[in-house]
Amino acid sequence: MNILSNWLFKLVVFPGLIFTAVVGMFASWFDRKLTARVQWRVGPPLFQPLYDFVKLLAKETIIPKKTFTTFILAPIMSLVSIVIVSVIIWEAMLWHSGFVGDLIVTLYFLTIPSIAIIVGGAASMNPLASLGVSREIKLMLGYELPFIMAMFVPVIRAGGTIKLTELLSYEWTNGLFIGSWSGAIAFACALACMQAKLAYIPFDLPEAETEINAGVFLEYSGAPLGIFKLSRWMLLFVLPMFIVFMFMGGIKFEGLHTLWGILKYIMLLGFVVLVKVTNPRIRIDQAMKFFWWGVTPFAIIAVILAFLGL
Amino acid sequence: MSLKLKALKRSIWLFHFNGGSCNNCDIEIVDCLTPRYDLERFGIKLVGSVRHADVLVVTGFVSRQSAPRLKRIYEQAAKPIFVVAVGTCACSGGIFASSYNMAGPVDRIIPVHAYIPGCPPKPEAIIMGVVKLLSTLK
Repeated sequence: MNILSNWLFKLVVFPGLIFTAVVGMFASWFDRKLTARVQWRVGPPLFQPLYDFVKLLAKETIIPKKTFTTFILAPIMSLVSIVIVSVIIWEAMLWHSGFVGDLIVTLYFLTIPSIAIIVGGAASMNPLASLGVSREIKLMLGYELPFIMAMFVPVIRAGGTIKLTELLSYEWTNGLFIGSWSGAIAFACALACMQAKLAYIPFDLPEAETEINAGVFLEYSGAPLGIFKLSRWMLLFVLPMFIVFMFMGGIKFEGLHTLWGILKYIMLLGFVVLVKVTNPRIRIDQAMKFFWWGVTPFAIIAVILAFLGL
Repeated sequence: MSLKLKALKRSIWLFHFNGGSCNNCDIEIVDCLTPRYDLERFGIKLVGSVRHADVLVVTGFVSRQSAPRLKRIYEQAAKPIFVVAVGTCACSGGIFASSYNMAGPVDRIIPVHAYIPGCPPKPEAIIMGVVKLLSTLK
C-alpha cells in the first residue's frame, strides 16, 4: 500500500502530472514571451497558459459522429506518455533509480505524442486534418531514424549501457558527452530532430495555421483541445530536458550545480524558440530531404566516431 | 467573478470571417496584432479553426454567396461564441445596403454581440469594441 501511494504521488504530483504541467506552462509562456520580444512586441502575461487551459476546459466540446473513443483517447494518450517520460527522467536524476532498458522505454514513449496526433487527426475525419496527419507521418519517417541514432552515441560511449542512471554517472565521472566530437555531432542532430518532434517552425507542417487551419487540431474543441495543448506544452519541457540529460549531464542536485542545470535547460529552450522565430516554414519534401540527406548522414558519422572512441 | 469567466476574459481567441469585405477592415484587424498594438498582451490571438474560437469577427456586407457559409461556421463553433461585426458594411450594409447581392448585414443572419462601425474602423476602435464586449460578460 505504501509503495502504491508512493508511486501514485510520483505519477500525479511531483515529477509527474502537476509538476510537469506547471513547468510546461512556464515553458510555453517563455516561448510566447521570447517570440514577442524578438518581434518587438510586449507579449502575454505570466499566467496566460493557465487562463487558456482553464478557458478551454470550460468550453463546449464538439465530437464527430462515430469516432468518440479514438477522438477522446488521443489527447489522453499523449498526456499520459509525456507524464511517464517525465517520471522516468526525474527518477533517474533525483533518486538515481531506474531499470535496465529505461532509455528504450523513454524513446518509445517520446514517439507516442506524435502517434496520438496522427490518431486524433485521422479520427476527426476532416480533409485538412487528414492532410496534416499525412504530413506528420512523413515527418516522423524523416526524424525518427536520426533521433534514435543520435541517442546511440551516448550509449556507445558509456560502454553499451541502456540504463539512464548509468549513463548519468558515466557522464559525471568521465566528462559530458557533448564535449567529444561524436557527442557534439549527435547533439546537433538531436537538436534538429527535437525541433521537428515539437512540431515547431520550420517543421510545423502538421498544424500549419495559414495553409491548413491548424491541421490535425482542426476539429478539436473544449477540453480535448486543452489537454492536447497541455501535452504539447509539457513536451516543450520534457523533450529539451531529455536532450540535456543525454548530452549535457542533466541536473545535478548539489548546490550551485542545480542552478547550472536549470540554466542548461533554459538555454536549450531559448535556442528552440530563436530557431522558431527566425525561420520560415518549409515544404514537406524539403523537410524529408533535410532529414534523410542532411541529418541522417551526420548521425551515422557520429555513431562511427563513437565506435572509434572519438 | 468566477474563475471560468476570468479565464475567458483573459484568453480570447479570434476567428476571422470575411463576408465579402473589400479587405480594408481585415487589414485593420491584422493591425491590432502588430507590435504597435499587440493584442497578445491581453491573451487575444488569431486561430485557424472556428472550433477553437471564442469570438467570431465578421467583416464585410454579407453577400448571398457567403451568407449560408457564415451561418454554418457560426453553428460549427464551440459555445460560448461571441460575434463582433467590424466595419460599417458589417453593421448596416454601408454603401452596399441596396445592392442586389446583399444578404446581410450580419445581424440578419446570426446574432451579433458588438458592432464596431467605421470605414475602416481604426485599430483603437476595434480594441475598444472588444473591451466593451468583455465588460458586458457576466
